[in-house]
Amino acid sequence: MYAALWRVLPGGRAAKILWCLLLFLVAVVILFVWVFPAVAPLLPFDDVTVATGLGGHSGGARV
Amino acid sequence: MRVFRAAIGVLGELLVTAGVIVLLFIAWQTGYSVMIEGRAQTEVVQQLEEQLGQGDTAVLPELPEAPLVDTPAPTLDDGSVMAIIRIPKLGKGWARPVYEGISLPVLAKGPGRYPHSAMPGQVGNMAIAGHRNTHGHPFFDIDQLGVGDPIVIETRSSYVVYRVARWVIVSPTESDVVAPVPQKPSAKPTEAWLTLTTCHPKFSPTQRYIVFAKLDRVVPRKAGPPPEVRALERFGPAEVASDGVEVAGVDALGVDVDDAVAAVPFRRAAREVA
Repeated sequence: MYAALWRVLPGGRAAKILWCLLLFLVAVVILFVWVFPAVAPLLPFDDVTVATGLGGHSGGARV
Repeated sequence: MRVFRAAIGVLGELLVTAGVIVLLFIAWQTGYSVMIEGRAQTEVVQQLEEQLGQGDTAVLPELPEAPLVDTPAPTLDDGSVMAIIRIPKLGKGWARPVYEGISLPVLAKGPGRYPHSAMPGQVGNMAIAGHRNTHGHPFFDIDQLGVGDPIVIETRSSYVVYRVARWVIVSPTESDVVAPVPQKPSAKPTEAWLTLTTCHPKFSPTQRYIVFAKLDRVVPRKAGPPPEVRALERFGPAEVASDGVEVAGVDALGVDVDDAVAAVPFRRAAREVA
């Protein structure tokens, strides 16, 4: 897979390495800006509240 | 055989790629997103401070005058800024906006108030949830808070000063911690409390770290920021006079801050209301 990529990239060894770095950076940007923010809410690391029905359970003066 | 080898090779490369993506995700969640979003939350507070400093107090919603006993709470828009929370123990000038609501999109912006919990300074229990790990992790160091540490909720009209009384670690299902009388769901509230909830241990959603703070006093905005936050804050450029002597007694508006120290203690105010 990556061997095929290496063959397809133009230029000599140095140019190929630069291309690889560039492609890796592009992938990182896509992941950081679009993919990870979309995936994070689906994972459980975000839970910080205690269960409430949000139905006036912890009401202040009215209780 | 050659095809089989090639397939194994591709599978191996895919697995390595997946591993790298997971590592990148950890880097994103613990580093990048925390840095970007933590800065964004601080910038929201800086902007609010700037507008408040120019007398534009309408940037924060009008809340009932604290302490109050039987005024119905106003309905606030979900996701709108309702106050500023300041906890000096968490860092010099530590301040974050408090949003209305505890849905994930709201908490991604910063700490959020449990709907239907008490208003700042109100008799009952004001409950605020905040992230411990991700999204700027506002409550990352919450376990550093000790008895007596001040937590100041800045509203449009006042600085509401709470002091940490105790903390517990509970399961996520124990909703009693945000009851009007913390952990006593059927009791009738007579005191004003503030409850902070976040996850525990760090990087795990298995438990909740809960801090309970009791109302100390309410300082009117016009009296200037109370000493708990004043020394650590950026309130106006005139904090240090030209001769290098700190002008501790004068706030940005030129009001004698001794008024703040002499602000009505909550107990007396509560008696007056009762």
